Amino acid sequence: MMHSRKWMFAIAVLAIAVAAATGCKKAKVDPFPASGTVAGWDKTSDTRTFAAKDLWQYIDGDAEQYISAGVVTTSTSDYKYKGQLEAVVDVYTMGDSAGATKILANGQTKDAQQVQLGDAGVAYAQSVTFRKGPYLVRIVAYEATPDGQQALIALAHGVEAKL
Amino acid sequence: MKDRREFLKSAATGAAILGSSAATSKLGFAAMLSQPAASAKSRVVIATDANLQGTAGSPDEQRVLALLDKAMAAYTGREKPVEAWKHAIPANILAGGVIGLKVNGLGGRGISTHAELVHAICERLQQAGVAAGNIVVWDRTARDLQACGLTVNTDKSHGVRVYGNDVAGYEEQPESFGVARISLSKILTRECAMVINLPILKDHEIAGVTFAMKNMYGVVDKPFTLHAGNCNPGVADLNCIPAIRQKVTLTIGDAMKSVYDGGPSFHPERVWYPNAIIVGEDKVALDHTALQMIEKKRAEAGLPTVDAAGRPAKYIATAADDTHRLGTNDPERIHLQLV
Repeated sequence: MMHSRKWMFAIAVLAIAVAAATGCKKAKVDPFPASGTVAGWDKTSDTRTFAAKDLWQYIDGDAEQYISAGVVTTSTSDYKYKGQLEAVVDVYTMGDSAGATKILANGQTKDAQQVQLGDAGVAYAQSVTFRKGPYLVRIVAYEATPDGQQALIALAHGVEAKL
Repeated sequence: MKDRREFLKSAATGAAILGSSAATSKLGFAAMLSQPAASAKSRVVIATDANLQGTAGSPDEQRVLALLDKAMAAYTGREKPVEAWKHAIPANILAGGVIGLKVNGLGGRGISTHAELVHAICERLQQAGVAAGNIVVWDRTARDLQACGLTVNTDKSHGVRVYGNDVAGYEEQPESFGVARISLSKILTRECAMVINLPILKDHEIAGVTFAMKNMYGVVDKPFTLHAGNCNPGVADLNCIPAIRQKVTLTIGDAMKSVYDGGPSFHPERVWYPNAIIVGEDKVALDHTALQMIEKKRAEAGLPTVDAAGRPAKYIATAADDTHRLGTNDPERIHLQLV
């Protein structure tokens, strides 16, 4: 009897540990590459995170389309490439992949260039958008430069690797 | 404005200095331009400079100043910039009132009211006699102001003040009109005797277009409560709140750069450069004009109208109705001047 209780206790502790570890892993997803981890790119601001109900503070007027697609949280950070090209990375965590798919489809124009990123991605001269599972990532540069698009795609791969 | 009759005289002059007929038809405003100036008409000036953009991804500062002068000269009928501004600002405010410049930095660095325009207006206001400390440039937050390229300054003794609602706060007592039940920024209620509205022209995901009236969403604590029904009647109701109706009397709109789809956020693939400054007092006429510009560009890009895209700018007609009486959206009653 005593032996059986010890086993049950051990199993319970193990189950709790596994659950905690899984939960912590999910909560700790940090999609933003640190400075220098993607060649040429530096992270130049703290990450800001907005719950769905507060998204208007960041993108008032645009927030509704993300909310209707099931956004849970939105995180954003600024980056700079080779000390010159400035960009912003937005990571939208949707309730499921359908939400990310919907937003990506809505935002495309005819001149979008398909790129191999996550589950699907598109690029323009100054922006890259892709989805991976429930995540929708949008990276936008503030100006066009000759090597800007390739730099943005490289940064996007850096983000994708962390999701 | 001081004397509307004097403006009407200048409007007749203005008709003679309109852009070429080719230019007017190119912009799609032939109906409005074919009408003679009349006392009942609302005046809208669109000043353009095809060479406005500089080399560093922003407009050339000196050309912006010159474009502002051209717009104000056409609007006031005063060629000299200082005289134009003295004519545009009531004497009692010039003498010591605080003038707010409500910018729009919501779209982030890529698509916000340009600092070059703000600086040009501040320069001319000071030359017209306004003390630097009596100018407050403001928006929702410091981040919005930084997106415009501005630096926060809350110290009146250090020149033009630049700070947001996040510093000033909102009135505890809400104000109401129709569906609008909001608290106003204390910058509007307690600081400013007059506000010059400095929106940036953009397509809008919900409202169809954002320009003069929609910019007032940055004056209140809970703008998201006014988004239902394509922001209709939210925009019109909000602009009927007395402090907004009475104080926000002049709009100098930034249409130097714009997004014709996907707004109000910055979508660089849908940016275009109208290279224009748009001046007027009638915010409804201004928004009607802004909508025509967005629609023309969308048609050129092969996009459907904002109405067909499911986001009709119905609030413009609502603002003109008998309940709101904020201005006119009737092309027959808008006197448009292209310079």
